[in-house]
Amino acid sequence: MALDDQKPSGFKFVGTSPDRPDGLDKVTGRARFGADAYAPGMLHGAVVRSPHAHARIIRIDTSKAEALEGVKAVVTRADFVDGLQGEFGFVLENVMAGEKALYDGHAVAAVAASSQLIARDAVKLVEVEYEVLPHVTDVDAAMAENAPVLNDSYADASVPAGHHPNVVRYHDSGHGDIDAGFAEADLVIEDSFKTEATHQGYIEPHACLASLGGDGKGELWCTTQGHWIAQKTCAALVGIDTSQLRVTASEIGGGFGGKTTVFIEPVALALSRKANRPVKIVMTRSEVFRATGPTSSTSMDIKIGMKKDGTITAAQGIFRLQGGAFPGAPMEFSAMCAFAPYALANVHQVGYDVISNRPKQAAYRAPGAPMASFAVESVIDELCSQLDLDPIDVRLKNASREGTKASYGPKFERIGLVETLEAAKAHPHYSAPLEPGQGRGISCGFWFNHGGETSVSLALSEDGTCQISVGTPDIGGSRASMALMAAEELGIPYENIRVTIADTATLGYNDVSHGSRVTYASGLATIKAAKDAVGKLCKRAAAKWGIPEDAVYWEDGCAKPSGANAGNFDPMPLAKITKSMGRTGGPISGHFEATPEGAGVSFGTHIVDAEVDPETGKTAVVRYTVIQDAGKAIHPSYVEGQFQGGAAQGIGWALNEEYIYGEDGRLQNSIFLDYRVPVASDLPMIDTVIVEVPNPGHPYGVRGVGETGIVPPLAAIANAVSAAAGVRLRHLPMSPPRILRALKDKG
Amino acid sequence: MVKVHLWSGLRTLTGGLECVEVEASTTGQLLAALSLSYPELEPVIEAGVSIAIDGRIIATSLTEPVSPENEIFLMQRLKGG
Repeated sequence: MALDDQKPSGFKFVGTSPDRPDGLDKVTGRARFGADAYAPGMLHGAVVRSPHAHARIIRIDTSKAEALEGVKAVVTRADFVDGLQGEFGFVLENVMAGEKALYDGHAVAAVAASSQLIARDAVKLVEVEYEVLPHVTDVDAAMAENAPVLNDSYADASVPAGHHPNVVRYHDSGHGDIDAGFAEADLVIEDSFKTEATHQGYIEPHACLASLGGDGKGELWCTTQGHWIAQKTCAALVGIDTSQLRVTASEIGGGFGGKTTVFIEPVALALSRKANRPVKIVMTRSEVFRATGPTSSTSMDIKIGMKKDGTITAAQGIFRLQGGAFPGAPMEFSAMCAFAPYALANVHQVGYDVISNRPKQAAYRAPGAPMASFAVESVIDELCSQLDLDPIDVRLKNASREGTKASYGPKFERIGLVETLEAAKAHPHYSAPLEPGQGRGISCGFWFNHGGETSVSLALSEDGTCQISVGTPDIGGSRASMALMAAEELGIPYENIRVTIADTATLGYNDVSHGSRVTYASGLATIKAAKDAVGKLCKRAAAKWGIPEDAVYWEDGCAKPSGANAGNFDPMPLAKITKSMGRTGGPISGHFEATPEGAGVSFGTHIVDAEVDPETGKTAVVRYTVIQDAGKAIHPSYVEGQFQGGAAQGIGWALNEEYIYGEDGRLQNSIFLDYRVPVASDLPMIDTVIVEVPNPGHPYGVRGVGETGIVPPLAAIANAVSAAAGVRLRHLPMSPPRILRALKDKG
Repeated sequence: MVKVHLWSGLRTLTGGLECVEVEASTTGQLLAALSLSYPELEPVIEAGVSIAIDGRIIATSLTEPVSPENEIFLMQRLKGG
């Protein structure tokens, strides 16, 4: 799409921040989340989970559980489809173990009973005989020569010979001559970094209500970021036709990527089929931590060369990511995003996807990018420090621009990194004095964004109001954004539009709400659907006036004759046309179905001030500013919320959050008391600056904003903490014990 | 013929080539031609790839036009959280 086709400035509704359409429901408790569904005759499900990190399942005896009064069904792997391959096969193996339990918390059986208490009692009566096997949970240990083998058939053809079978995928990319580049440098720094696995930490646990009859027809209500992928996956796992399973997405209490797959949903369906009753499963928090999808933990080596004037001459990164017991750790995104902010003549990046005895990783906002950015931006910060260069000037000097050959290959289209850096340099935060014991950190970050399959339907009512059905669960304010874009096209008030998340029986396929795609792709589809309806409105007006269709245009919510030659008619408002639409040709609606392919990449720059207590090792983030290119902010308040949310989650990831495994391979901190997410008192006011460099691939210039905001925080905070502590921190989270150890080692 | 740049990890599957030429006028034809000319690439393509055309990233579409004038890069399939 050419920029010439984009709507010019002068928006009436877009760019305003009206009340949220879901606000009242959420503050009054009326909103229905995953656990809020009930059905007549409903049973409660509970899952039997492995207490071992790695064990062969010798025998499962369900007879005692089945004999307990109130128990209506028990399922094991035998109740699911056999022989699934590829990603569906991995998902099934994760949802219900087959021959081996591969991590602490891996599901091995499930029960349905007339009450939750009976179901939990029945879980204890399922007897599972295990042969405990050696386990490994650390990424470097999992790659070592003598590491326990999880599965010797998972490695694909990309893995070079000689690696341990736990290395299942390999990525290698770059351009130029690395050795020549390093030879040109005045200073080369090579360093190693580690990050621990974190969880998305959504407040709402996974929950669903499933009903599946013997006729193969099913209904599923669940909290999910994508009910079409849930439909497709569940249907495959329980062996029914996709269209026979209708899936409705509940209101969602956070997802951040973690609800882009299924865990309990196929189990509830299998239990329902066996019991011939609806089955509800709600995960406990401990189950969420042990058995859903956290991020990968990482081990990374970075080498960067720089001239005295700040020019980066070469950069190299090795990114090892463990993704739990199955292939899929996003190491290629670590590799491709790591150096993307910089125009590099010589760059080389390598990625390893490593399996270990941990739960199957799931996406978490810009999967793979934040960790890579932490490592790369830490080394750039160290180079700036040792060469006495301003960190923003260095980033500006090397910044990717339109036409730059990206580190991952192609040339960039119009991008806004330079604008974010210039805004950072001009921001009062950057020049504000620091108190003793404080340090300031800077980081840039990059994320691709995504388009994906999208269907939108828009229907006008006789009173001139509008209802829009979209298929992307609202995880970040999309209902407000869709309504604003439709209001802009139709020329009717925002309040006259209601946006609903339709179920899978109502619309064509919709990709998951992921990849920061919803405001971009569903927004583009909403604009196109509204234009479709506007065309029909103009046609009705033309027929009423007795003039050709192309002699009518749409402006400010009215059909108007296009000039004196078209005739002298008063503008015809939308409500006047819809009032009689049943008698002038029938209902008026608009549709759009496509896979938009112009998502537009996104960059951000963050500034952080941190204060480290040398006595306790505790870090306080005292000031934080997020600057990010949104392309065009449809609902600026929601955009700011996305920026702030990314920073808040990044603060948790950088300072406190981590999966801690014991020597026995069991997760030690599976509740929020022990897994410390930041709370309001841990956070400063997070200031935001919205930069708008239009995306050429969207009619209004929108770029996704949901993920880029979590890419820079780990590095920006690490740079601030390292400056405050006077020692480079290379291992996240920078929890008080790690900071105290670093201070002690510094001497 | 269109030139397709591959990420360097694929060189082992193309006899050491990091840039290959195939006959294609759409992204779908391009992927089919790559699989035909370099059968070892087929599992990679089947697993999912994206294509950048003059910097615009085509995540999945098989119908986008390509021509010899375009700068074309094969990329690993994009997804997100």
